[in-house]
Amino acid sequence: MTWDIALILAEDGILTGAIYALLALASVLVFATTRIIFVPQGEFVTFGALTLAAFQLGQTPNIIYLVGLLAAIVCVMDGVALVRARRVRRLPHMLAVNALLPALVIAAAIYFGPRKPAALIQILLTVALIVPLGPFVYRIAFQPVANASVRLLFVIAIAVHFVLQGAGLLFFGPEGFRVDPLIDGQLTFGTMTVSSQALLIVGTGIAFAILLYLLFEFTVLGKALRATAVNRLGARIVGISYPMVGKLCLALAALIGVISGILAGGLTTIYYDSGFIIGLKAFVGAILGNMISYPLAIVGALLVGLIESFGAFYSSAYKEAIVFALLIPALVWLSLRAVPDEEQEDL
Amino acid sequence: MVRFARGAAVSAGLLLIAGFGAGSLDARAQEITIGVTLGATGQTASIGIPMKQGAEVLPQKIGDVTVRYIFLDDGGDPGVAVKNMRQLTEQNQADVILGSSSIPSCTAMAEVALQTKTPQICLSPSRTNAFSFAMAQPAALMVEGMVENMHAKGYKNIGYIGFADSLGEHNLSSMQRLMEPLGMKLVASERYNRTDTSVTAQVLKIVAAKPDAIFVSASGTPAALPQLELVQRNYKGQVYFLHGVINRDFLRVGGKSLEGVIATAGPFAVAAELPDSNPIKAEALKFTKVYNDKFGANSVNTFAAYSWDAFKVLSAAVPVALKTAKPGTPEFRVALRDAMQNNPDIVGANGIYKMTATDHNGLDKRARVMVTVKGNAFHPLP
Repeated sequence: MTWDIALILAEDGILTGAIYALLALASVLVFATTRIIFVPQGEFVTFGALTLAAFQLGQTPNIIYLVGLLAAIVCVMDGVALVRARRVRRLPHMLAVNALLPALVIAAAIYFGPRKPAALIQILLTVALIVPLGPFVYRIAFQPVANASVRLLFVIAIAVHFVLQGAGLLFFGPEGFRVDPLIDGQLTFGTMTVSSQALLIVGTGIAFAILLYLLFEFTVLGKALRATAVNRLGARIVGISYPMVGKLCLALAALIGVISGILAGGLTTIYYDSGFIIGLKAFVGAILGNMISYPLAIVGALLVGLIESFGAFYSSAYKEAIVFALLIPALVWLSLRAVPDEEQEDL
Repeated sequence: MVRFARGAAVSAGLLLIAGFGAGSLDARAQEITIGVTLGATGQTASIGIPMKQGAEVLPQKIGDVTVRYIFLDDGGDPGVAVKNMRQLTEQNQADVILGSSSIPSCTAMAEVALQTKTPQICLSPSRTNAFSFAMAQPAALMVEGMVENMHAKGYKNIGYIGFADSLGEHNLSSMQRLMEPLGMKLVASERYNRTDTSVTAQVLKIVAAKPDAIFVSASGTPAALPQLELVQRNYKGQVYFLHGVINRDFLRVGGKSLEGVIATAGPFAVAAELPDSNPIKAEALKFTKVYNDKFGANSVNTFAAYSWDAFKVLSAAVPVALKTAKPGTPEFRVALRDAMQNNPDIVGANGIYKMTATDHNGLDKRARVMVTVKGNAFHPLP
């Protein structure tokens, strides 16, 4: 191996690693606050890339049906809950959030879909379509069992993954799509050329890490999320709404997913089932970060990207095995230095 | 008492069903049942869906005999494919099974075909046995065309990148077996997966070995990924693909980077450009019309045509088998198998099938056309 090749491999590894890092952040965020090991994280990546690809081809993305369906289910569930709790006066507010807003977004998608709007509008529409799926999924699948064990939540997350992946096949078809890179062009550093899209991806990763840090350290909302992560019962006693926290977390996770998807779709072909393996590798990164530390998760995810890239060079047939084998020493080390905590009772 | 009453009711119900069953068996005397199991979901859906749609436009009659189709989905999973096949043969008394769409599923189903003595027509190029048939061009036949083309162009050092699965390995060993006697050498061999986000590392390693030509053994849109990377790394040699890439989505994803690549194809893919003297042309255009009428203009795809060819083979064999046995009986299934392997030349949309007791595929060189990409479309090589 020459230095040239090593540099290209490192660039490639950091690039995929940056995508994994974004998703690892989302995984840690969701797990720390809701205790859900959020397997469907990758589906938002797929949906983001494929929805944007549909807009770029001048089509209305079929994902609007999924958004509409989930919104309708949420309206029914929330409506029944409000009527039972005799809080009928809250109904208009609930419907405005869960029915009117999605309806407006869907209408905009149908209007703009065939008209090939500017790239920025396409991206905004994609984000507006996919992000609500996060809270909807939380409301339908997780909120009714929010206090269940980590294991049950995990199994539900797996089920949600299969449902969403199936929906992906139904709405986007089996073929892969690419999206046009957000920015074209190459930058040269000495002997090395780096695509602008690559810098954008790494930059987005860093920006999200900083934004999350600011959110958690300096806003009331972020502090509420942290309080829930530390002690759910205590957070509830001081008046933090647990369902609100859950929905917010999944909205953030969906946002990170959809942004990653838009970025990744400019680098590679995305299929309806691509998200799972991307999410899984991000998850390996998050585990290397002990599932609670954001900086460690980023380091872990970058490490996964680098090992994948160099592993593929040395032995492409065993690339995946090399990445997932990373988990074994990491888990051994983590379990050796783990301190038992009270949450383990309900695992 | 209650339990007894319920038991009696259930038995009566069962008797009734059995009675109806016997009655309908008679009515079905002149009806043959084709059980279809394909992977229209799951990993191989991009091949399974067109094959299923191809089967959906098949005629409802062979001569005077009504054809009943039963569609099942196996999701590309060999376990489910076997379960479906058992259900079709045991519960539905299917006379023949169409499917599946992927090689691992077909291979697993072939065992059941042998056990139950039910003819199975696999739509992908799988290995056959006494009761299983395969409609697609065997990979070796296509690899042979590719190696001949490489040899004719004087390429000596060959690079390889392919899916990390059994089909990839099979294609690689076919190529090595054919090219070594011709003095060609494999200088690099790399693997990747269908949903990989990057093949930079593999491509770097191949390009460093300086091959004259590279064989990308992959199918569908994922096959475009190595080519996009090769272009980015300024590779100037010739790149080859197999017929698994012959669809519009591959061209869409690969875009400009695909100009000039060479692929093997079935004649169906470039039917409109074949000479009129080629009997396959008329058949291919006929199926194209039937399919596009149902699924919209330009929707047809090579994979769909294998369903059509399977029906062509069956419609020649069914009248022969009917002379000796009744549909729905084990005798009919064996007679159907015998008739299929004694068929005359069957002109299909993908080639000319001459099946025999030892060759349950029956395709030859006429089922192979070398094509190149020009102006984002496939054209036959001159």
